[in-house]
Amino acid sequence: MNRATRLALLLLLAPAAASAAMPLAIQAGVLYPVSGPPVRDALILIRDGRITFVGPAADRMFSADHQVISAAVVTPGLIDGRATVGLSGLLNQPHDQDMLERSAPVQPELRAIDAYNGGDPLVAWVRSLGVTTVNTGHSPGALVSGQTMVVKTSGGARDREVLQPAAFITAALGGAGVNRAEGKAPGTRAKAVALLRSELIKAQEYVRKRALTDETKRPARDLRLEALGRALDGSQRLLITVHKAPDILAALRLAKEFNLQIVLDGCADAPLVLEEIRAAGFPVIIHPTMARAGDDTENLAMDTAAKLAAAGIPFALQSGYESYVPKTRVVLFEAAVAAGRGLGLERALASVTLDAARILGVADRIGTVEVGKDADLALFDGDPFEYTTRVTATVINGELFRDGPR
Amino acid sequence: MRFSPARSALLLLALATPVAAQERPLAWTGARIYPIAGEPIADGVLVVHQGKIVAVGAAGSVTVPAGAEVRALPPGKVILPGLVDSHSHIGGAQGGDGSGALHPEVRVLDALDARHASIQRAQAGGITTANVMPGSGQLISGQTLYLKLRDGRIIDDLLIRLADGSPAGGLKMANGTNPMRAASGPFPGTRAKAAAMMRDQFIKAQEYQAKVARAKGDPEKLPARDLGLEMIGEALAGRRIVQFHSHRHDDILTALRLRQEFGFKMVLHHVSEAWKVAPEIAAAGVPASAIVLDSPGGKLEARDLSFETPAALEKAGAEVGLHSDDPVIDSRHFLRSAAIAVRAGMSRPAALRAVTLANAKMLGLDDRVGTLAAGKDADFIVLSGDPFSVYTQVEETWIEGRRVFNLSDPVDRTYALGGPGAGDPRRTPLCCYTSAWDIILAANGALQQ
Repeated sequence: MNRATRLALLLLLAPAAASAAMPLAIQAGVLYPVSGPPVRDALILIRDGRITFVGPAADRMFSADHQVISAAVVTPGLIDGRATVGLSGLLNQPHDQDMLERSAPVQPELRAIDAYNGGDPLVAWVRSLGVTTVNTGHSPGALVSGQTMVVKTSGGARDREVLQPAAFITAALGGAGVNRAEGKAPGTRAKAVALLRSELIKAQEYVRKRALTDETKRPARDLRLEALGRALDGSQRLLITVHKAPDILAALRLAKEFNLQIVLDGCADAPLVLEEIRAAGFPVIIHPTMARAGDDTENLAMDTAAKLAAAGIPFALQSGYESYVPKTRVVLFEAAVAAGRGLGLERALASVTLDAARILGVADRIGTVEVGKDADLALFDGDPFEYTTRVTATVINGELFRDGPR
Repeated sequence: MRFSPARSALLLLALATPVAAQERPLAWTGARIYPIAGEPIADGVLVVHQGKIVAVGAAGSVTVPAGAEVRALPPGKVILPGLVDSHSHIGGAQGGDGSGALHPEVRVLDALDARHASIQRAQAGGITTANVMPGSGQLISGQTLYLKLRDGRIIDDLLIRLADGSPAGGLKMANGTNPMRAASGPFPGTRAKAAAMMRDQFIKAQEYQAKVARAKGDPEKLPARDLGLEMIGEALAGRRIVQFHSHRHDDILTALRLRQEFGFKMVLHHVSEAWKVAPEIAAAGVPASAIVLDSPGGKLEARDLSFETPAALEKAGAEVGLHSDDPVIDSRHFLRSAAIAVRAGMSRPAALRAVTLANAKMLGLDDRVGTLAAGKDADFIVLSGDPFSVYTQVEETWIEGRRVFNLSDPVDRTYALGGPGAGDPRRTPLCCYTSAWDIILAANGALQQ
């Protein structure tokens, strides 16, 4: 290769290199890495989307090619345990509402990734408030409404933004799972459980027959039963929305009956059945503390998080689904209420970072500020949960987002 | 505790005797007091007696009356006026229905449950006065009700009476998309039609008033009574404030235009896009009660909703209030709205005023509530700390010298934090389905006060 060719190649490569995210040096008055105790005057170095150094600023020099950002407080990027942003759009018009398909009560084959619009303004909105990852997908409102995906809030659904394209199958029992329309099934709580049970039994039969050695005896492929089959063999977990105590118990009963791996979602009445939830060993993604208290959620409580923590039940927090205004809640604010109502700052922070990452199965990549992890951070000008503190920036995969300060 | 007939009889006797509001003066000391009427007082004294505030001031400058019961608070506590919510739907409020777009004759008063759990939760949020409104699905959805959130048995116990004995309230109106329907029928399909229908209704009310005036009491000449037009007449006469729901900036301007045309008193509500027309709102001298939601959207007209709206209105010089719109924002998070407004640039004094005095003015009740000053109703709340902090809790709520919420009471605590029972109506002694145990609990509660 002659010199001219080499120069031309370098010129060709140069724009690509320039467009890659600049290495970042984040200076934090206080860093809450969550993996360990808070660090004062901390430095976080980021290159190629990963964290390359975390520690006291005094311990490390860094090269001049870093963009330097300072913040009073830095935490891991926040993780929303259960959302519908990207499917339930800002405008709430038919064209941007893809979170619920009402044509049939059981449709586990509906994938969030086939409907997710990372460009919806609500995705940028939650990002502006520190949320860097969401477990988003189909909403409650049908017995089995579809699936969720775990995705970063950087605006797209490219490979590096999607942590899990098919995270959970979403189901709902109780008020959120029944169809109140006359003559439609399931119209009652008991019918909902019976219907789900019969669908799971169908899926068991389907899985058994698909494995028959005689190909001619195998049933035709059925995406719906395949999806339920994944729930049965544990390769895809069920996220079951339940609020009233009898519905929580029904979910636990089904899980035991079919040996399902489930995560409980909502659980307004959790304090009434704490012992049963603890004994079953399933995590809980608690309802938004600021959701409207009525019907199934009339007894929702702001200190449920503190009670679950005391009982040793793993939990995360969520923005949930909103059909009207506000069109989405913000997990930062939900954690704030939990922090102020018995959970405290550090435990509340863990519930929207590391604990959420563990429940979602993505703790190898996100949830803490540690070397080697994805460079996802939230930057604040004070105590992250104080209402008067603002989010000054977020970092996702090493890319800086200045949506605010907000 | 075992049920004891003798003890119960004693307690029943205690209950049957009406407790005169505070025979003894009550003095609070040691708190940081925000009178709203003046500068914060670092080490304040608040004296209340017979349901009214007797004195407020710095320690040393206020004489605590002889015989007063003194409650010395530990350091760090804060006393604010009872919060005033200028827009709420607690108590299972209802208004006009889907049969039409104009319901001025419909009254929230006729459909409100005084024992509804939402009223208990509002007390837990520090709210002592609320404007309970019908919805926004009609151009005129009915008469609102200004309530004191006393521990009442029936709705009458919560009313605020005007000088003529009538219950205080406003008139709810709405424009924008909520009162519009795409299909034909009694609802407007477009914004201009909505304005024309409202204008038409006000002109009818003017003509009705003129006929009544001309009749000079002669029954032969009086027009057939029209309750709806009478109510609009009250608005035209300035006796009833129009509480006007409006989101988009052009809808806000339409409301201002109607007000200018007919001269009624008006408060703007929600005002999602007020930041676009803040100078016009300020110039019109119309107060605006803003809502602070966690996110924009949910409908087109709330697309541009901003945390910065209250700050923009303050900067423009408008009178700014905040409201819960409970259940849209749970009343227990009402102070949080003020804190989020501060987050987005509103001054702290204006944010506190927005949940107290500004709202009191919007209901025409600022002579009685909204500030801590001698002669005002003894409505106040005790907070565990800074009013804007997430770590602060409302510890006590007092209305007219009586405590209606106490965080250390187990039942009140359930209403404050939620949990089993938080959705239940308030237990009322000597009422239907009441167990002896309920009576004892209630009596103990009454005696504690």
